[in-house]
Amino acid sequence: MADFGYSLTPSSRIDLNKADRETFGKLVKLEPDVLKCMACGSCTASCTAGVYTRTSIRSAILYLQNGREKEALEFIKGCMLCGKCTIVCPRAINTRQLVLSICKIYNLK
Amino acid sequence: MIYEGKRKIWSDYQKEIPDDHYFYVRSCIRQSFFPASERTFLDIVKNKLQKDFFETEHHTTCGGIAYHSDAIPQETVMTIIARQFALMHKYGYENYVCSCITSFGLYTETLETWREFPELEAKIKQILWDTCKLEFSKPAYLAHASDIIYKYRNLIAARAKYKLIDKTTGRPLRVVEHIGCHYSKMFPSKGVGGAEYPYVLTGMIEAWGGEVIDYPERRHCCGFGFRQYLVRSNRGYSLSNTHKKFESMEPYKPDMIITNCPGCPYFLDRWQYVISEMEGKTYGENGHGIPVFTYEEVAGLVMGYDPWDLGLQTHQVGVEPLLDKIGIPYDPETKYKGPGNKDLGQPERPSCLK
Repeated sequence: MADFGYSLTPSSRIDLNKADRETFGKLVKLEPDVLKCMACGSCTASCTAGVYTRTSIRSAILYLQNGREKEALEFIKGCMLCGKCTIVCPRAINTRQLVLSICKIYNLK
Repeated sequence: MIYEGKRKIWSDYQKEIPDDHYFYVRSCIRQSFFPASERTFLDIVKNKLQKDFFETEHHTTCGGIAYHSDAIPQETVMTIIARQFALMHKYGYENYVCSCITSFGLYTETLETWREFPELEAKIKQILWDTCKLEFSKPAYLAHASDIIYKYRNLIAARAKYKLIDKTTGRPLRVVEHIGCHYSKMFPSKGVGGAEYPYVLTGMIEAWGGEVIDYPERRHCCGFGFRQYLVRSNRGYSLSNTHKKFESMEPYKPDMIITNCPGCPYFLDRWQYVISEMEGKTYGENGHGIPVFTYEEVAGLVMGYDPWDLGLQTHQVGVEPLLDKIGIPYDPETKYKGPGNKDLGQPERPSCLK
């Protein structure tokens, strides 16, 4: 293919019509509080595992809402279930329980 | 829904367009990208519709490309614009119409800045006097040339030889309308229909028989972005913008694209070649691209102008499949013949795009 000295960046557009929202619906049924998240990032900022790995509950929730499960699960597989995020959440979401529920619904061991 | 409230909001985006007597200024880049568009515009309004449009060879570029590329400051641009207004005043006109969207945005920005900061207007008046010994007065009305064609769309439809309809099936052509960002995104009340629902091209398409496609990235920029394109290493941003639009409009199978900006038709047309060379992908039927037109070219086509007189041979994406669809006759032998049958030479064929 021709080289023009610049390249094409793939579109970052999220097509929710193509995304699988069914599994996220199951998660919402089990953990309705997931919809309370306002993506403030307190959980990520206080995360001990996040210092050394890509662990971020805020990002995981965002990616799950957009139907991008594979990327979302990457953000919680380093979680040690210490529960610090639950203490700091201003919306009082039981994030520790939420992580466990995500693992159950999305079959993450 | 509160209809009274909606009506009040909508009334802010209605644009009263004077019927006649305009001072016309050309675009610096449109004349090289789409050389026949402005000539066609003037021929339609002056000779076909018998309106009073005046142009002078003394006007210059508005300086928009240099301004948006950070090469010259705003006061320089304002002085250039003040000189154009001085020419309009000298020839006895009050209605100002420009061919270029960048110019239209810049004129609007300048007039709004002077309204907010009268001391700046006084300063520019002094600079213009010191440098050119000219005095200007602001136009009573500022229009973009697409506003004018929009205003006359029904007059053009009444004189039309062809409609934007597939002649074999009778189906209205599916048309993508693309509005230049500087038309109404900066000052929504200055464009027909505002920034969210600009009606200027939609009105033309509907009047001439086509069907407008509403697709997700309809209001997305073409990607010109001045510095995004002018600096070679940034051109990937420009290309990716256009690519995003094409990916979004592809499922709706558009027959053609109409634009009202100098940069948009250029990039929507030429990037189809680059995408085809880079990715091997084309967006039209049977390996063709989607033909891209300026609104003057489409007005000319429906009024029965010869496609090669409209300069359609300078487009990257071939227009012949669309001409066949509408039923517009053309002579393939004269495609690359200029005035006096002069041979213009033929461009190199792309490896992928038909």
